Formats: sequence, structure tokens, C-alpha cells
Amino acid sequence: MARQPDGPPPPPTVQKLRLCYAKRGPLRFASHRDLARALERALRRARVPMAFSAGFSPHPKISYVGAAPTGAASEAEYLEIGLAERRDPEEVRAALDASLPPGIDVLECVEAAEGGGSLADRIDAARWSIELPGIEPAALSAAVAEFLSRDEVTVAKRTKNGLRDVDARGPVVSAAADGEVGRAILHVVVRQVTPAVRPDDVVAALAAVADLRPPSPPRAVREAQGRLDDSGAVADPLGPDRAARTRCQGEHAAV
Amino acid sequence: MSGESLYPRLEPLLAQVQKPIQYVGGELNAQVKPWDEVAVHWALMYPDAYEVGLPNQGLMILYEVLNERPDALAERTYAVWPDLAALMREAGVGQFTVDAHRAVRDFDVLGVSFATELGYTNLLEALDLAGVPLHARDRDETHPVVVAGGHAAFNPEPVADFVDCAVLGDGEQAVGDITDVVKAWKEQGRPGGREELLARLARVDGVYVPRFYAVSYGPDGAIAAVTRTRDDVPARVGKRTVMDLDEWPYPKTPLVPLAESVHERMSVEIFRGCTRGCRFCQAGMITRPVRERTITGIGSMVDQGLRATGYEEVGLLSLSSADHSEIAQVARELADRYEGTNTGLSLPSTRVDAFNVTLANELSRNGRRSGLTFAPEGGSERIRRVINKTVSKEDLVRTVTTAYANGWQQVKLYFMCGLPTETDEDVLEIAELAVEVIRAGREASGRKDIRCTVSIGGFVPKPHTPFQWAAQASAETIDHRLRVLRQAINADRRIGRSIGLRYHDGKPGVIEGLLSRGDRRVGRVIERVWREGGRFDGWSEHFSYDRWTQAAAEELAVFGVDLDWFTTRERTQDEVLPWDHLDSGLDKEWLWDDWQEALSEEEVADCRWTPCYDCGVCPTMGTEIQVGPTGRSLLPLTVVR
Repeated sequence: MARQPDGPPPPPTVQKLRLCYAKRGPLRFASHRDLARALERALRRARVPMAFSAGFSPHPKISYVGAAPTGAASEAEYLEIGLAERRDPEEVRAALDASLPPGIDVLECVEAAEGGGSLADRIDAARWSIELPGIEPAALSAAVAEFLSRDEVTVAKRTKNGLRDVDARGPVVSAAADGEVGRAILHVVVRQVTPAVRPDDVVAALAAVADLRPPSPPRAVREAQGRLDDSGAVADPLGPDRAARTRCQGEHAAV
Repeated sequence: MSGESLYPRLEPLLAQVQKPIQYVGGELNAQVKPWDEVAVHWALMYPDAYEVGLPNQGLMILYEVLNERPDALAERTYAVWPDLAALMREAGVGQFTVDAHRAVRDFDVLGVSFATELGYTNLLEALDLAGVPLHARDRDETHPVVVAGGHAAFNPEPVADFVDCAVLGDGEQAVGDITDVVKAWKEQGRPGGREELLARLARVDGVYVPRFYAVSYGPDGAIAAVTRTRDDVPARVGKRTVMDLDEWPYPKTPLVPLAESVHERMSVEIFRGCTRGCRFCQAGMITRPVRERTITGIGSMVDQGLRATGYEEVGLLSLSSADHSEIAQVARELADRYEGTNTGLSLPSTRVDAFNVTLANELSRNGRRSGLTFAPEGGSERIRRVINKTVSKEDLVRTVTTAYANGWQQVKLYFMCGLPTETDEDVLEIAELAVEVIRAGREASGRKDIRCTVSIGGFVPKPHTPFQWAAQASAETIDHRLRVLRQAINADRRIGRSIGLRYHDGKPGVIEGLLSRGDRRVGRVIERVWREGGRFDGWSEHFSYDRWTQAAAEELAVFGVDLDWFTTRERTQDEVLPWDHLDSGLDKEWLWDDWQEALSEEEVADCRWTPCYDCGVCPTMGTEIQVGPTGRSLLPLTVVR
């Protein structure tokens, strides 16, 4: 008979918190696994009363939503944590931020609204800003126009099953160019599909359609993630929770 | 400007390499100090990949000790993988530190910690990438002083051409003394240039400067004499020993990387040194005497470290942790303190001893019992007497069976192959043992899914051990014995399927043997191998045996010696060994007598529990065994949940 842990099962989740954090500077080179390890340790150092799964190797209740690729910076990464004791969201945000290395910065923490649906369901697109060193804005504009005029642009993408051809055009909702001399910036909104079309794939597609080849690697920043609205903008996924909170506080105030 | 960050030039390269996070620094508890506010700048290198080097305790300790000094700073640098190295050469970016991305070339001292000799080619690669001349004799006073440390520094002769000095023994105090010397020399306006600085360093306790010692060779190829070339340096250099470990509670704030590393846990060194007298073990010989940290010292390091890191597991580290005089109490009280906190406690591989199962049970009181490791080292009772690690077959089987009966599902047994006097029969007994262990274990636990993993390493004779005179087994011998062992284990599939066998072929061990017991002539082989692309020799995908054997054949021929001469040749009592002028405190006559006793299969007791056996260390070095029990106990704490 296998051994079972002695004692009562771990305490249940009593509060779900949703966090938005940024990945900045040199830490854009952290992978999702690196970030997950850092976050788990920071939660321990910050003494956040996490809820754990049962069994001999209990895991803290953390769900990650669509992590940005290694090498890409982000201002809009999301995760949800389950707590075994209630805590003030802002205190958790501050404590966790202080426990994380500079460059992983916790921007916001809100309590998940009851019956508001899952965080993952509120994210289906991302807005990116991609800096292309050594490229002129006019050249980028032309390449973007060419790219948008196509129905499909196939690029070879490295996946865990080897190289695979994917369409980098289909999921792109909008694309625009600006920037300054010698440093063009590409703004794109990309629908999140499988396999994912990432900033590198869009840049590869520009090379394919317009022979646009930056002399040094592009630097991508994910500026927002969320549900695509009718106007093609990306909605804030924490908006509904924040609104529920305000309404709730408002009701209390009225009593 | 000196000390400037290379990061802006490095960043575009990082986007093009594997695992870039290992090069960006910013680890929790990392430190960056302003360049101009200190007198002495240390770059500390672990000459292997970041994931292996970051958890290294020695480097972490020195990093903290140096950074605590107001007049010094220390930053870390690791071996760069070939993908980044190629881009760095192309872009003209030099070897850099991960802390502030400063050029290693700008530092005053480059300290390199050699846990294994297979890091030597990585030292040459780092020097070349840094723009520091490969050969010590080509450097001037603007170049960093290259200092080797770690266990391999007890015979630095193979790298004598490439390093400026080697530090023997514990580094905590030695790095401070070196800092003082460098600081004074700089403040005085660098009088006498590099030569004078090195002469001053050669007078620091524990510091060996190879250039001040000349080596001559006899007609038989062996060393005729090692003589000092200045009379103001010591004829023999003795090792450093830190006494009273509680006074040195480092690392206080262990580094926590973002990147994955080989040890995802925090380590607390519970004692240093070992007096078990295992004859193959260089670490046990050169780190004497035993110096324990007290139970309260251990308790506060565990507490402080966990708070500073957020790690979930603490390893109680030493060469033989179950031998700590208060280990039962340490285990019980730590387990009490962290009960219900998801904090795991563990001991590294242990001697085969029922007491160790009790300890492991205590530490895993309410946690998972996945694996337990024992190190019998030798397959037969006879060979275990030769290596002085005596345990009877019955005790071994009983201990492992007890582990299975206590809910441990997987037991790993660590052995060596190629030990002196070993025959095929000694190795085949490993198979018999494993089979008996599984049979008895299934019966005792009532389970079929228990496993035993047999892990085998090739034995490499090391300097400053009784086996320093021994003939190393050839790669063919090792490979043959591993082959017959595998066949024996697989003979009965019903049992064999519960036994895993893990081993490496004998070839890397032969090269490690060349580098371990080599002299200065071996430096040419190392340089040749590096020039032909040799790097990361500890990694099977990078190691090339053919490159090493060919370089050895061609570079050593002029001296009338060869690879076999350094490895499979048994030395005689009167031969001058390359490291005889480096003093680990061990009396050479005692080592020889112990070697003879090994050959006649006689054991020696542990001086921790029995009277002194005159190895020579304490009287030579002015040290003594420091053990408890102290009678103190751990107080309850508010702990991280």
C-alpha cells in the first residue's frame, strides 16, 4: 500500500486573485519556466498564504495565461493565484513585487469576481510593439502595406515537432508602422491561435513579402492582452473584476 | 573606461542564442557595487555552464565574503556556450561578468574555482575571450591576476603556464589576504610591476606562484627536482584551513537564479572535512580535519537562507552528513520546525548504515519518499576493505531492505569501477547485490514496483590520496567490466527490470586522470586541445577522446612520455610527484603506508571516534578536530509557510 500523507487535507482556496505583471529589461530573456520558478519562490518569500494541491508533492495553486515568448518583453502578463486565507489584493501586489527581481514588476492585483468566468476566456488577442533597429519607417510602411494586401503569408516556424509552415497573415488583425530615422516600430494586433503567431513570425513574414531584413534582432514588447472588441481593440481582461469590485464597494457605501 | 557595462553590445547577441537568461544576471541576492568606490575588483569564475556553476557553494561564499569588504567588489562569470562565444568573437565583445556585464579584462583578479580538472579548456577559452594572454608569462601589470582555487588546485601543475597563482585549501580568509596585497601594491603605484605583485602574493599563506618554482626532469621522464627560484618564497606551500565554521556562516543570502540550475535547492554546509579515510577520496584527504557547525549555527543558517531565497528544499551538505555529532537532533528539530510548511529537508548520498534510513525517515516525516542514495563504492567486501569503506554484504542488503520497508520506492547505489586490485569478480558482485536487494526489498515492502538504480563511475586516482601511486585502469578495462556487469544484471529479467544501470564509458576518466596527476608538460596538451576546439570537456556531447589522445601523443613525445605514462603507470615510492611541494598536511610516509595497507586489505578507523592515526594534518597545520555535541537545541520559530 502506498503511503499517504498524514493529517488533514490542505485548506481549500478561499480567495482568487488575478495579477498583471511586466517583464522588462534584461529579464525579457526569461522563459516561461524561469518566470514560473521565480514567481513561486517570490510568493513564498512574500509569505502569501497560498492554497496547495493535495498529495505528497503539493503544488501552489497558480494558473498562468499565455506567457510571452523568451526574448520578448511584456507589459501585460497575467496569472491567477488561489489563497488559503483572504488578503488585501493591493498588499499582495506590493509584497510580491518587492520579492521579485527588478524587471519582473507586478502592476496590478484584483480579486476575481464571482461567476465572472475564467481569465483565459477573456484573452484571445495581443497588441505588440516591435522595434526594428536599422530599418526606416517608410520602408516598414511599404512592407506592412504589402503584407496586409495578402490573404496568406507562409513562414517556416520552429515548433517542438520541427520546422512547420504557418500562415502569419491570417491571425494579424491590424498592423501599422511609425518610429524614427533608423529605428522603425511596428504595431500589430494578433489573434492568439495554435500554433501561435509571434512577433518573430510577423517579422519573418515582412522579410518574405518585402525583403525587409533588420540588421540586428528586433525587440518586441507585448503592450496588451485581452479580448478583441468590435473595433479591433484589445480589452483589459481585469476590467470586469475591477468593475465588480467597485460596484460591490459602492453598494457597501450606500448601506 | 574601465568597468563599463558591455550589456548594450551583448544584448543583440543574446536574442540569437540558447537559454539567454543565463547571461543576464539579476539573480535574487546578486550584488552590483560601483566600480570606482573600491580598490580591488574580483571576477570569480566557475569554468562550466551557468546551470552547473551558479549553485557552487565555494563561489557563492567568496562572492559574499569579498562583497562585504568596503574596499572590494566581486562579480561572477561562467563558461560561455559555443553559440554565444562565436557571436562574441564576431562582434568583439569580451568575456563578461553576469552581475554588471563588465569586461573580465578590466578586473584586478580573476579567481577560477576548479572542482574538476575537466574545466581546464574552459579556462583557456575564457582567457582568450577576455583578451587576456593565455600564458602567465605574457601578461603585464594591466592584466588580471589569474588565481586557481578549488580541489583541483592541489595539483595545479598542468595549468601552471596559464594561472598566476593557486590557492590551496579554504578560500574565506585567503581571498582577504590577496585583496590586501593587491590593494597595497596598487596604492603604492604598482612598484616592480607584475613580478613584484606575484612575489608578494607568493608570501601569502596558502598561495602558490608556479613561476617561482623550476621543475627539472630525469632521464626516465620523471621529475628530478622542483626548486624555488627566489629565496623569499616558501620551499613548500601549505594549505589554508578555516577554523570555527560558526564564525563563517556563508552563504548568508544564497543566490537564486531565474534560470534552471542543477540544484534546485538551498545547501547548508553542516561540517567541513572528513576523517573516514576512504582511500580514493581526495576531498576527504585534503579538507582535514573535521570542523562541525553547531546545531544552533545550522538552525540559523537554514532559517536565514530560506527567508532570503524562498527555496522549498534544504540540503544538509558535507562529505558524510550522517557523521555530524548531533545529526539525529538536527534532523528531528529541523523536521519539527518545518512540519506542515512544504519545506523539504534532505541529506546527500550517505554511507550504507541503518542509521541513515532512520535519519532520512525523520527528514521526510510527512513528505514524499521518492529516492534514497547510498554509496557502498565497492562491489565486493574485499574491494571495500581495499578502499577502506567497509560494510558487509549482509548489512548492505539489510539497510537497503529497511529503506524499502519504510516506504522508499527507489534506492540508488553508487559504485566505482577500476579501483586498485579490482578484478571482474569484484564488479560482478554489484549485480549479485542489486538482485538480492530487489528480492529482499520486494518481500519486505510487499510491493513489486520498487527500483534500484546502480550508478557507476570510473575511478580516477587523485593527488594527496593513498591511491596517488596507483595504476589507473584503462578505458578498455572499465568498458569490459561494465559490459559483463550489464549482462549479469540482465540475466534474470524478472529481477533485472527493477534494476537500472547508469554509467559512462571509461574514456573521459582517462583524460581526467591525465589532468589530475599530470605535471607542467601536460599544459601543452591542454592548450593544443583548446586550439583544436576543445571546450566543455565534462559534457559528453562536447568531449572528444580522439582529440585528447592525439594531442597527448603529439605534444608529449618530445619529453619521452605519453598518456599511459601519466595514467596506467604505477608510481614507485621514491618518485618525485608533481605536487610534492604542495602541502595538504598529509604526511607522505603515512600516505604510502596507507597505500600498502590497502594492498593488503587492511582497514583504518575514523579518528573522529578513535585515537589519531597520525596522518599528519593537525600537527603540520596547527589545526584540530572540532566536533560537538554542544548540548544545545533549536528553539521554535515563526517559519515561512
